Amino acid sequence: MPTTETPTTPPTPPTGLDTFAHGVHPPDNKHYTAGKPITRLPFPAELTLLLSQHFGKPSVPVVHPGQEVVRGEPIAKADGFMSVPLHAPATGVIKRIDWAPTQKGPRVPAIYLTVSPGDSQEILYGAPREVEQLDPKAIIQAIQDAGLVGLGGAAFPTHVKMSPPPDHHVDTILINGCECEPYLTTDHRLMLEQPEDLIKGTQIIMRAMGAERAVIGTESNKSDAAEAIRKVLPPDGSITVKVVETKYPQGAEKMLAKALVNREIPSGQYPSSVGLGVFNVATTVQIGQLLPMQRGVIERVVTVTGPGVAKPGNFLVPIGTPLGFILRRLGYHGSAKYLIMGGPMMGDTVSSLDVPVTKGCGGILVPRPEEIDALAPRRQYPCINCGRCVEACPLHLNPALLGRLAAKRQYEPMMDHNLMDCFECGCCSYVCPSSIPLVQYFRVSKSMNRSLKAAAK
Amino acid sequence: MSTVKLHTSPHLHQPLTVEVIMRHVVYALLPVCAWSVYQFGLSALALLAVCTVVCVGTEHLCCKWMGQASTVNDWSAVITGLLLALVLPPGFPLWMAVVAAVFGIAVGKMFFGGLGANVMNPALVGRAFAQAAFTLPMTTWVPSMAPGRFTTFIPSTLTPPFLVPRSISGWLETVAPDGFTGATPLALMKYEQVSTDPTALMFGTVSGSAGETAGLLILLCGIYLAVRKIMDWRIPIGVLGSAFVLSGIFYWLDAERYPSPWFTLFAGGLMLGAVFMATDMVGSPETKRGTWIYAILIGVLTVVIRLFGGLNEGVMYAILLGNAAAPLISRLTQPRVYGTVKSARKKKVTA
Repeated sequence: MPTTETPTTPPTPPTGLDTFAHGVHPPDNKHYTAGKPITRLPFPAELTLLLSQHFGKPSVPVVHPGQEVVRGEPIAKADGFMSVPLHAPATGVIKRIDWAPTQKGPRVPAIYLTVSPGDSQEILYGAPREVEQLDPKAIIQAIQDAGLVGLGGAAFPTHVKMSPPPDHHVDTILINGCECEPYLTTDHRLMLEQPEDLIKGTQIIMRAMGAERAVIGTESNKSDAAEAIRKVLPPDGSITVKVVETKYPQGAEKMLAKALVNREIPSGQYPSSVGLGVFNVATTVQIGQLLPMQRGVIERVVTVTGPGVAKPGNFLVPIGTPLGFILRRLGYHGSAKYLIMGGPMMGDTVSSLDVPVTKGCGGILVPRPEEIDALAPRRQYPCINCGRCVEACPLHLNPALLGRLAAKRQYEPMMDHNLMDCFECGCCSYVCPSSIPLVQYFRVSKSMNRSLKAAAK
Repeated sequence: MSTVKLHTSPHLHQPLTVEVIMRHVVYALLPVCAWSVYQFGLSALALLAVCTVVCVGTEHLCCKWMGQASTVNDWSAVITGLLLALVLPPGFPLWMAVVAAVFGIAVGKMFFGGLGANVMNPALVGRAFAQAAFTLPMTTWVPSMAPGRFTTFIPSTLTPPFLVPRSISGWLETVAPDGFTGATPLALMKYEQVSTDPTALMFGTVSGSAGETAGLLILLCGIYLAVRKIMDWRIPIGVLGSAFVLSGIFYWLDAERYPSPWFTLFAGGLMLGAVFMATDMVGSPETKRGTWIYAILIGVLTVVIRLFGGLNEGVMYAILLGNAAAPLISRLTQPRVYGTVKSARKKKVTA
């Protein structure tokens, strides 16, 4: 079934472009989909809309089973400031509100929507408005109303990011087009195909946060995207494009700040503390598209890729589309037992084809069955103190030391070695010749420390 | 989809594993071993074989006694065995080599918890034990390229267990009738101020430990490991560089009394130690700055011991001391974590 037999690409050599210290160069494998324009997939018969598909409090349903909804209509409202609403991705009937499987594992409540067969699915909800007339506060409210969250994967509510503490003055907006995860090409295609919306979104963010300039950052393996954006930059010079080295995890907020404007975000602080606001390309494009039309996030671009997919590509998919629907549609290796949602460095393996696409999901990866052995945990050796993880950690932590402490369950001393700064990028596990599951150790240690802290209160 | 595999991220791994690293070190050691056998014949071959088999066997038995799965298939015991054989005199009695190998692996490695937990290089622990226990055989050297070396053993090699080695003077007269002093270039330098031609040192046609003599060959093998990114190039550069500079200073001060820096580089065990022993990852610091400090410490200690100590060779103790200092060096050279301020002089990040 799989037709793509392209060999793995070699790691990208250093280019001498600006970047951060440390990091790794995994094979980027973007050749499967980098040249495939974004296309739309048909609507599935049923959508599963998780009530908590963002960071923060779950949305609260405002519909009841049996109710008919129109595409784009709000179906759940935000529960306070740290939450966002949900919109119906298709015209149809609310079937039920029930538990649903998720990418991370635990089941959460979701709205099941039966899509009306034969409906044209033209957007009917929303109305044009002049964004230029809105004041910053109104823009931020509009962004919350649109249900916008970080589409790069973290799904952190965008309006919260745009509301820094009053003593922080944001002067520069960074637009993150690095997409450093191997295989994924959604941001690459968006920058190539919709640079106007990207610029529009960037300008809206700049105005809302009172920033004087913006830098759009992308990696050297996407220089065609940088060219596409440069063609539509506003003449006033407030927005610039910077190409940085292709290196993982260049797309992490802290690494991006270092590479683009050489600022370091202090440990435990927001980017606004050094005058920055960092937004993902997909989020920014959505802002540029949705705000002028008063619409909400109802679909996103997903890279469906890997040697196990017959027809890999970049697809505009309604939020809530089950994984199985997409894979059956595109043809995947029937015996695939290892499905990854997100990228191969930070994504999750999923246990069910019923797991739906969420706002934060940028990729679906199906490795070839033969690759599974290579992906499965290898034989673990003791730490031989080689220091490769120390050389790889983009935060300059000492994963070897932290790993030894974690193995001895010395969770609290780990806090003295900046455990909580770890953002689980996976560089240390990637390079470890002893195959020690360092990142998994740190996840456990972090949650142990959180519970210890909670118990101490 | 009957069964699915679940695994936490990252789902990618670079292909290098501990087993691959160790195997490549063994590959890099093989030319050195081959040269040693070419130079010293059957005795060197027997020494290599015995040390390797005993090291691997000791590790296997220790694992069994501790009720653990055997760890010998990670190849690290093979490296220890080969290295130990290479730093012993070629005519070293085999039964003594067995004792040194058992001591090196059992006490130097397994008592601490096996691979990764040992503080010091097990091969050097074995050699240090032999140096203390069997002083005379450890300083009995034989000429290289002796005639008949591929057909007969050096007489001391086959000493029966627990007996003092037979005198080799009779054998020496047959292989080197014009008189062999039994001194290594380092000893000649230290006690008689006789320098050996560095070219002979580079190509290893002098007497010395079984595998230390061919400086250039060891360097080539080291370059292979550094290019494959298996070995940290900073360590040999740091060790050799600091030893070269320090001995160069002394040579410049008094060329009559002190050896030339080139002699320092290629004489004795410095090259083998810098390339294959100081680079043992387990005993070296994991930070970049720490690695430099560790390497320079070893280079300086080697020269200081050689020039001012009671011994004519100092590489072994320099590396063992470096190993002992490595955890402290690591601790003192932790990198500054992103987004934190380490000291007052670090500039605060400003907008």
